[in-house]
Amino acid sequence: MARAPVLTISPQGLYCPAGGFHIDPWRPVNRALITHAHADHARAGHRTYLCATPCAPVLQHRLGRIAVDTIDYGTDLQIGDARVSFHPAGHVPGSAQIRVEVAGEVWVVSGDYKTEADGLSEAFEPVRCHCFITECTFGLPVFRWQPQATVAADLNQWWQDCIAAGQTAVIAAYSLGKAQRLLSMLYLSLGPVLAHGAVEDTTAVLRRQGYQLPQTVPLTPDTTAADHPGALLIAPPAALGSDRTRRFGPVSTGFASGWMQLRGIRRRRSADRGFVMSDHADWDGLNHAIRETGAERVLVTHGYTGAFARWLCEQGYDAAVLDTEFTGEPPDAEDSA
Amino acid sequence: MKRFAALFTALDQTTGTNAKVAALSAYFCDAPPEDRLWTVALFSGRRPRRTITTTRLREWAAGAAGFPHWLFEECYPIVGDLAETIALILPPPARDTDRGLAHWTGTLRAASGLDEAARKALVLAAWDEMDPTQRFLFNKLLTGGFRVGVSQKLMTRALAKATDRDEAELAHRLMGDWTPDSTSWHRLIEADDPGASVSRPYPFCLAHALDGAAEDLGPPTGWRAEWKWDGIRGQLILRGGGHFVWSRGEELMTDRFPELARTRDFLPDGTVIDGEIVVWDGTAPMPFSALQKRIGRKTVPKKLLAAAPVIVLAYDLLEQGGADLRDQPLAARRAALETLLAPLPPDCPVRPSPMIPFDSWTTLSDTRDTARSEKAEGLMLKRADSPYRAGRRKGDWWKWKLDPLTVDAVMIYAQPGHGRRANLFTDFTFAVLSGNELVPFTKAFSGLTDDEFRDITAWVRKNTLQRFGPVRQVTPEHVFEIAFEGLHASPRHKSGIALRFPRMTRWRRDKPVQEANTLADLQEMLKAFG
Ligand SMILES: [Zn+2]
Ligand SMILES: [Zn+2]
Repeated sequence: MARAPVLTISPQGLYCPAGGFHIDPWRPVNRALITHAHADHARAGHRTYLCATPCAPVLQHRLGRIAVDTIDYGTDLQIGDARVSFHPAGHVPGSAQIRVEVAGEVWVVSGDYKTEADGLSEAFEPVRCHCFITECTFGLPVFRWQPQATVAADLNQWWQDCIAAGQTAVIAAYSLGKAQRLLSMLYLSLGPVLAHGAVEDTTAVLRRQGYQLPQTVPLTPDTTAADHPGALLIAPPAALGSDRTRRFGPVSTGFASGWMQLRGIRRRRSADRGFVMSDHADWDGLNHAIRETGAERVLVTHGYTGAFARWLCEQGYDAAVLDTEFTGEPPDAEDSA
Repeated sequence: MKRFAALFTALDQTTGTNAKVAALSAYFCDAPPEDRLWTVALFSGRRPRRTITTTRLREWAAGAAGFPHWLFEECYPIVGDLAETIALILPPPARDTDRGLAHWTGTLRAASGLDEAARKALVLAAWDEMDPTQRFLFNKLLTGGFRVGVSQKLMTRALAKATDRDEAELAHRLMGDWTPDSTSWHRLIEADDPGASVSRPYPFCLAHALDGAAEDLGPPTGWRAEWKWDGIRGQLILRGGGHFVWSRGEELMTDRFPELARTRDFLPDGTVIDGEIVVWDGTAPMPFSALQKRIGRKTVPKKLLAAAPVIVLAYDLLEQGGADLRDQPLAARRAALETLLAPLPPDCPVRPSPMIPFDSWTTLSDTRDTARSEKAEGLMLKRADSPYRAGRRKGDWWKWKLDPLTVDAVMIYAQPGHGRRANLFTDFTFAVLSGNELVPFTKAFSGLTDDEFRDITAWVRKNTLQRFGPVRQVTPEHVFEIAFEGLHASPRHKSGIALRFPRMTRWRRDKPVQEANTLADLQEMLKAFG
């Protein structure tokens, strides 16, 4: 008799029948296990939440008064007939992969992840499993990232050029993850760093938790470029073309995303500079991570799923597409991913 | 190639004209002369000939990267550009060298003499010593489509800045049939007498479309009007005992129009005429589609020569007796042109394009309304005292075209764009109604704003009925106004009709599909204007 799968898709989302819980569900459920606090994974309206300990403060900051249980990375928890543990995904501070074991069969849900250590997020940890549910936002071989140090050098060179040209450098970044990663990459000796409201709030939450994040100057309605010569401003993508930013004085705009790899999107985005930097794994990262799990079965979500599943099948995996409502990092996304 | 790649990156990273000029002029000061020369060549549309098919390039790139061909083909539409797809899909280079642009163009030229195995070895070796940006540029040279958003005018301005020379003089030096192989940086840009190539045309004087009312141009007495013909704008040059025909796109077309050789029997040496090349039925120009048959052929069969003979309808006289007339007022140049052409017999393949006399803008506007029956696109308005300027300047010359024809059509297929628009659906196929059936009749890919393209892209994603490769069949729901310059019968099209310059002018969100135009409407238009 065939065994019931460890995880299936229910109308509410990814479901574990043995444990009676959902992972990153997209419609309200009784019990939600959350990989990380990005909007397409952590939605409002569930009765109870369970997340990795360092994920909870931002989750509460975003969703308000919710019932959250926390669990440390690497700690086992029995839920019904399932044994569950959370493991770092390296995506953003507090992000996790979720390991689910039922009767000796192990499945891992990757959530969003990247394999390169960014110095801020808890570093990605490969988890052995039989079936790996992996994201593949950038699952095509045209997506390959440079090491973070190379991007940091470009980023700071740009900031320096802006200072020389008398411009404020304005970089757009998702307020959870990308913003703090950029902040940790800046050469702070160059000048002050300003943070737009949404960015400042999330950064403050993470700072209180103990993440090593330098001080930033919160942007207020009265902040002007003249008060902060040589500054760099971190703002959410939606704020990039806003009147508020335009009134700021001469600016040079930058955008940091994996999509900046493609010239067409770089030009359409109409920022002055594109930095190729993503919190998702690149092609090599995905393939490496999948190999490391030792999984025979791979289910793919987010992104170029059809092509990536076919590629994995040709590499000898039992791979298929899992239809989810996660959005990944769409080229035109605002604050999700 | 690193210096050239750095220039490209600098140009690509900015939209500001001044920053572009600064980056270019810095390059023209410090790059090796042979690379500068090639850069001038590329930015003035002189590309090396394509020596390798794109099919081979795709195979070789996928093979070198160790990926199956289908995976390469999955990547291509996402990236939207073949040269870039190849540049990105290849593994990091094994070696880091820095050979110049001229070295690589030389390599490509040498490749044309090799067999396929040797070409492949050469291309793979080149890829393996370049970073993605250099590879991208190298691939652009390979595929023969090099465009980077730098106009020739902007490049010329930077060149003037870097060399401290007059911009107009440089513009003239850059005209003509030189290639980096036939000249040097010194001869082309710096030498006192750059061997004044007898074939060299003058930079064309171009007009802007009239954006306000004609009345705003002032009293009509200061202006001249003529028909704007729908042919190929060109210069006919008689010098050194020979003749040369240049298109506005700076293509030497002498051999495509052998009947113009006879002009040497009628006109003296040292003559340059600006005019429109049109197919002539004995009394009037024939539709552009007739000319199109001629343009496509390097050598013209006798039958076609007889069926579609061309003449030059002369607008202007730029050189007479070897003297440059461009600084003289239009009125004087026109008078000289008419004196020159008047005594010629009717079988001479050059005739003056007639001036249209008018004493008020209202009467001229009435005349303009008859343009279609005169086989013209509209009128040209030129200030009587204007010199013949280089390039497109506002003020002296205006195009006063007829309003385009329009139909309301239903979008039935959508396809992603390329380059900057690779992630948007921008190429659409439109249909008109024929009873209950939708008959496709044209494609269009321009005319909407970026916001509208974004909206329609989101809609296409949700309303796809079927996919055929990158093409999606969508629910017939949206009506667009399609404008076009003319139409002609075409057995190759399912509708039997082909449009000239179709583009979207409005998204008719107000119109249901049932109110779109019908095939019968199009056939009526064909009868009236075809
Ligand atoms: Zn996600
Ligand atoms: Zn995420």
